[in-house]
Amino acid sequence: MGTKSTTAERQRASAEPGRLLLVCGLAWLVPGAGHLIAGRRRKGLIFLVALPLMFAIGLWLQGRLFPLEISDPLVFLGAIANRGIGAPYFVAKLMDAGAGTVTAVSYEYGNTFLMTAGLLNFLVILDAFDITMGRK
Amino acid sequence: MTSHFWLMALYAFFVSLVFAVLLRDDPREQLKTGGMMLGGFIVAAYVVSWLMYPFPL
Repeated sequence: MGTKSTTAERQRASAEPGRLLLVCGLAWLVPGAGHLIAGRRRKGLIFLVALPLMFAIGLWLQGRLFPLEISDPLVFLGAIANRGIGAPYFVAKLMDAGAGTVTAVSYEYGNTFLMTAGLLNFLVILDAFDITMGRK
Repeated sequence: MTSHFWLMALYAFFVSLVFAVLLRDDPREQLKTGGMMLGGFIVAAYVVSWLMYPFPL
């Protein structure tokens, strides 16, 4: 018990605001990067592969990347979820992907994959934050 | 690829994978948690789909 708290205290002492911001920012931009920086390589690599792959499958299923429209709350929330994936979102936008084909059978599945990938990355960012703070 | 079942299974796989890796540190525990979650998703989907069967849209 004593050893564990000492380790946690040591990590907490190193969790400066600048480092926390860097870890969380990188974890958002590149899924899994926060874990890689924090030394959790295996977890980081799994997130690095799984989340962008899930996002790519969403695009392949002809899902839509929603615009930030405050007048339509559901679209707005979908847009926030889409942007949670970080860099893959911007790459998709640069490639003009994610227009969405409403008539496609897989359209709703595509949307679900795209939004869930972003939301899961938010959880991954929180986990990276906890690790950096020495809570895990 | 328009099979609802396989798309649901693929979705369940990714969600189970990420949650298992987030929640557990030991690889064996991750496999166990992920497998249970994946099974739970698929069984729940089957049960809910059969429950909805008598209700025509």
